[in-house]
Amino acid sequence: MILRQIFAVLMLNLRTIPARLGSSTVAIIGIAGVVIVFVSVLSISAGFSAVMSGAGSPSRAIILRAGSETELTSAIGGMEVRIIKEAPGIMRDGDTAVATADLYVIIDIPKINTPGSSANVPMRGIEAEAMKVRSGISLIEGRMFRFGTNEVIVGRAANQQYANTKIGDTIVSGQNRWEVVGVFEADGGLPETEIWCDVHSLQSVYRRTNSFSTVSVRLITPESFDILKTWLTENPQVHASVRREDEFYSSQSETMTRLINTLGFGIAGLMGIGAIFGAVLTMYTAVASRTREIGTLRALGFNSMCVVVSVLAESMVLGGIGGLIGGTAAFLAFNGYQTSTMNFQTFSQVAFAFRVTPQLLGTGILYALVIGLFGGLLPAIRAARLPIPSALREL
Amino acid sequence: MRFLALIWMNVWRRRVRTSFTLLCVFIAFMLFGLVMTIRNAFTLGVDVAGMDRLVLINKVTLILPLPFSYRDRLRRMPGVEVATHQTWFNGAYQETTNVLNTIAVEPEQHLKIYKELKLPQDQIDAWLADRQGAIVGKDLAARYGWKLGDRVPLMSSLWLPQQPWEFNVSGIYDGGAGVDKTQFFFHYDYLDQNRAAELRDNVGWYIVKIADPGQATSLSHQFDAEFANSGAETKTTTEKGFVESFAKQIGDIGSITIAIASTVLFMFGMVAASTMVQSVRERTNELAVLKTVGFGDGLILTLVLAESLFITVVAGGLGLLAAWAVVQQGDPTNGLLPIFLLPTQAITAGIVLMVLMGLIAGVGPALAAMRLRISDALRRV
Repeated sequence: MILRQIFAVLMLNLRTIPARLGSSTVAIIGIAGVVIVFVSVLSISAGFSAVMSGAGSPSRAIILRAGSETELTSAIGGMEVRIIKEAPGIMRDGDTAVATADLYVIIDIPKINTPGSSANVPMRGIEAEAMKVRSGISLIEGRMFRFGTNEVIVGRAANQQYANTKIGDTIVSGQNRWEVVGVFEADGGLPETEIWCDVHSLQSVYRRTNSFSTVSVRLITPESFDILKTWLTENPQVHASVRREDEFYSSQSETMTRLINTLGFGIAGLMGIGAIFGAVLTMYTAVASRTREIGTLRALGFNSMCVVVSVLAESMVLGGIGGLIGGTAAFLAFNGYQTSTMNFQTFSQVAFAFRVTPQLLGTGILYALVIGLFGGLLPAIRAARLPIPSALREL
Repeated sequence: MRFLALIWMNVWRRRVRTSFTLLCVFIAFMLFGLVMTIRNAFTLGVDVAGMDRLVLINKVTLILPLPFSYRDRLRRMPGVEVATHQTWFNGAYQETTNVLNTIAVEPEQHLKIYKELKLPQDQIDAWLADRQGAIVGKDLAARYGWKLGDRVPLMSSLWLPQQPWEFNVSGIYDGGAGVDKTQFFFHYDYLDQNRAAELRDNVGWYIVKIADPGQATSLSHQFDAEFANSGAETKTTTEKGFVESFAKQIGDIGSITIAIASTVLFMFGMVAASTMVQSVRERTNELAVLKTVGFGDGLILTLVLAESLFITVVAGGLGLLAAWAVVQQGDPTNGLLPIFLLPTQAITAGIVLMVLMGLIAGVGPALAAMRLRISDALRRV
């Protein structure tokens, strides 16, 4: 019974929204604005961490110098690399370990959209086994570089974001020349921001004779990690720490994601409070303009509960419309937007795309409904408390 | 002035409506202030970066070192006032992930170039006298509760073998707005004598103070020519250009923040405008009566605009003030945005915007009120 009453009053409310189009629009636009900002800012960190965590696999491990947190600050000598490659737990192909000692550096290359200033683009020298270690890598254009030359292949995202990285281009860096011969993809992961070349060519240019940054290995099974770790810890000849690759890369997105999320939630939170005030205004106006109508309903025997619920529901409908508009706009404008930023933790560029995930959209719309609910609260109480006789007398 | 009371009464005609409108505009400008602070933080202090300071980095990348010998070659070049170098130490405190802004410098030269670092003379003397001494920014000292004379162990993965490295806090520097107070400067000699032998005699980058900022471009070319065709070629920029280019690496934070600020102002400007429309519509009778008793068109226009301006300027002003107060509490991200302050230009822009918002919100209703024909308006009752 009461439900039918509520439903009847709600439909009446909703049908009369067009008559209050002006003030309803204010509330809808306000809430849509909050949702756009909320969804778009958080889609940045969603995209960023997707690239960072997409880079790793639990069946690979990365070995750094003990105490180093990033590839850039890690250094392992050639002798030590040879010992590390003997460790148990590493997959073997015949006699050779499926492992690559990489040299990871950064190289100054301008971004295409800021041609005047250079960016710290990551460059990785690899050994021949690298392609066996990292199974997700495939060339999509051109060919693999030849070892022993100054040829390079570039990741797909690097190819889109940085100048002079097309096939046939020459990357000029100080007195060095790198010839781009291929473009590769890596399931959308972090390597797609990188430039790859022969580790020995890179060592001579960066004056790191027989020195590497890290050793990446393929584990026999994900469980072999513990065997490898124990062996490395107990061997006095190696001074290294080992991490599972997926954990290592996702830990490197923490600072950035935390920063974006703090700012995103802070701004969207404050905007939300403002939007609640806006919704309060709209709903007060709605209630005021319908005073006589509400009085009539009450006089007809509709109880005050259903007046409250109907006002709240109207407010939430406005919120929901705002949420849908905002979410759709954010999705259309930002989903897949390609950009590149410097990861504070690694001091290197990361190319990524904004990701408006379904989860994010859901949260945005839920947030819009909450704003609508709170915005409707006070006006709903006011509507319920209207004394019937004076309400009926209202113009 | 005579009509202030009238405006005041009109503003508070509907208390609830006015209060919520004021709150909306308040939040709009508080957000504006905060967003502009964030934007400024991401420019990494470009405002205090000197035009008379040039930065020389390795042409290949900042992470490759430059030879120590360049220092004396630079000092001999004409137009150079001070030439010194800095080296990134990558010192981590307590946890290996907690890397601080630690830089090895030549203390005397450093203070000569960075006059904006303020610390008492006795602390300077103590720093110069102690090879393990370091001066730390006020904010950094506050974050870890460091006091003068404290011993601070830092780990550095870059400069094995010795670790942890022990430092003494010789001084705590302060500085004006825009000076990064989270840095940690210590003696280059201490680093050089204790790092692995094959890493010695290399520095991170050079900072050169030039006598005439007008010559920045030509001197930059001269420096780069001096070291051309060597094993370590250089790339020279003004410090300002260097910081700007570094900020660009993070991305187009400028456009993102402007977009957010515009959304916010548009959203809440609509609320103010809608309030004004309703408020004038309700008062049609009154306005007609005012006109009947002889209020001129201009005066009516002014009265309505003044009401609208009152709302946006009072609430907006308080909003900016609130933003300022929040910003005074310091960086909310715990050290990621060291230069966290509300820039003066943003305050000026905010004031202009609140006046504009008041005018735009009020102009429609004000014109409607002005054009009101007395006979029509009075007949409506």
